[in-house]
Amino acid sequence: MGLISGLRDSISRVTDGLFSEQEPKRIGIYGPPNAGKTTLANRIARDWTGDAIGTESHIPHETRRARRKEGVEIERNGKSVTIDIVDTPGVTTKVDYEEFTDEMDKDDAIRRSREATEGVAEAMHWLREDVDGVIYVLDSAEDPITQVNTMLIGIIESRDLPVLIFANKIDLEESSVKRIEDAFPQHKTVPLSAKEGENMDEVYGNIAEYFG
Amino acid sequence: MPEATNVDDDRRDGVQIDLISGQRMDGMASMEKIRMILDGVHNGNIVILEEGLTPDEESKLIEVTMAEISPDEFNGIEIETYPKSSTRDSSLLGRIMGGDEPPKKLTVIGPANQIETLHKDETLISALVSRN
Repeated sequence: MGLISGLRDSISRVTDGLFSEQEPKRIGIYGPPNAGKTTLANRIARDWTGDAIGTESHIPHETRRARRKEGVEIERNGKSVTIDIVDTPGVTTKVDYEEFTDEMDKDDAIRRSREATEGVAEAMHWLREDVDGVIYVLDSAEDPITQVNTMLIGIIESRDLPVLIFANKIDLEESSVKRIEDAFPQHKTVPLSAKEGENMDEVYGNIAEYFG
Repeated sequence: MPEATNVDDDRRDGVQIDLISGQRMDGMASMEKIRMILDGVHNGNIVILEEGLTPDEESKLIEVTMAEISPDEFNGIEIETYPKSSTRDSSLLGRIMGGDEPPKKLTVIGPANQIETLHKDETLISALVSRN
């Protein structure tokens, strides 16, 4: 590499670093299927921009493409951060179309399962290449010690991405935030109900503090 | 390096288990490991890795598995490793001293329609393996 081109690259890296401070952070919302990721993404987007991101459903794999909501500015307790919310499909290691046949006919179920597999692959690609931080959403009424959760948290940690764990669905009777705190003690766990809007002040405070 | 042997169809009244040593995995590229695992799983085998995969390899394994799922033929994989110990040292000092190296953990992988996890904690994985 010539001296001039080396110098130009060095200057470019410095200026990129300066400007990147002002750029929105891409925060991926990750987690297993049906944890409430899209409900949370919609709650955040509606609270700060007035628009929703995607369709919510009780049927797993409703979100089958990663969707981005750009420039969401969140302010709490004197801190602010501008983020691009990336709502990702739920991650799993298996997809069986028969899971959906109670809700739709076989052809639609097969189509849904195909799209779901593509969505999972897309979510993994975003995680490896395109996010600056992660909100990991768990259903606090379910056992958090699953292989998908263990693997994904490990993958996030190996990439040194900042991560907040959101213990969602605290409105459910079976909810246990402590079970999640005990499973992943190395990360901050924030309890909430995205559906009911419970504890959103603490949610926004943590997002502004942690990703700001 | 010899390939894992698959038994003839007329002897297939059991479940084949391939125990793969860390030494065998050491010389393999990431995609070779993933291909070996998925080829075994496609044949209905249970694959046990002595030393598991790196997080990056796990991420790629999920991606490749998703690409190979096919209705009525292959539903994906069940994979189990021990969860991370809550006592693992994640402090700055621990990281400086090398405590943040990914732990090498025994990993069990099988076809999703043949293996079901019954119980898992930091020291025990209990799974039910069925014939297809």
